[in-house]
Amino acid sequence: MDEVFKALADASRRELLDSLRAENGQTLGELCSRLAMTRQAVSKHLAILEAANLVATVWRGREKLHYLNPVPIHEIADRWIGKFERSRLDALGDLKKALEARDE
Amino acid sequence: MSKLDAKATATRTIATTRIENGKPKFVYVIYIAAPIEKVWQALTDPKMTEQYWFGYRLKSDWKVGSHYVSEKDGVPPFDKGIVLECDPPRRLSYTWHPEHRDVLNEPHSRVTFELVPLENQVQLTIIHDEFETGSKVFERISGGWPRVLSSLKSLLETGHGLAPSWNDADKPWLRQAAGRCA
Repeated sequence: MDEVFKALADASRRELLDSLRAENGQTLGELCSRLAMTRQAVSKHLAILEAANLVATVWRGREKLHYLNPVPIHEIADRWIGKFERSRLDALGDLKKALEARDE
Repeated sequence: MSKLDAKATATRTIATTRIENGKPKFVYVIYIAAPIEKVWQALTDPKMTEQYWFGYRLKSDWKVGSHYVSEKDGVPPFDKGIVLECDPPRRLSYTWHPEHRDVLNEPHSRVTFELVPLENQVQLTIIHDEFETGSKVFERISGGWPRVLSSLKSLLETGHGLAPSWNDADKPWLRQAAGRCA
């Protein structure tokens, strides 16, 4: 679990996860073309995300496809959010989303 | 999708699945501290699926070409499909087709489970692909697998599956499942 928090504690890595959320299954090249980071930096961040199991990968021929793997985040939520709290938190989350959406 | 590349990172060994072509919509990975046979049983034994898949029993003889059904008392079957591959305890693949009126006409998608034994745990990879463009099923299942997988891990490691989430008021097929399981 430490790995997950460490991996998430970096804006560039969160940006990479956002990019995969928008378009799952990207190659390294595709990820680089969408982000203002060097190939080396993207590659390094991906390795950390993969070690934390936040990114899952498959090989297609010589291409490595990267997928957002939200499973560890789900495990964290299950650990600290009880089943009765969840609906209230969801309601608050929805409220926040609805109120903030107006400013976009 | 058959060969596996295993590579050790600083922290854990990761086995990467190889695919022939296409681009799966979802790839999920979870690590479960249990014997591989137990994880396989959890995927194929209705008495086990009932305990983590929110009350649904997944029934089949698991022969290639056979049907399977995911059902529970008092509600219509959630999913019906055909077994595409079954190689215990390493690999299971079946077609995926939720039995809901508005998606009945959609072609079946495909879900594949790959199990790789690592030192003290099993790496379970779920690949869901072959969706039709604009698939409603695809929109619906987004987010569903992590919940099922977390519940599976919880069952095998602690003896208890997870309760379904109640934030699914807009998803009748899940609400139906939740109502029965709590």
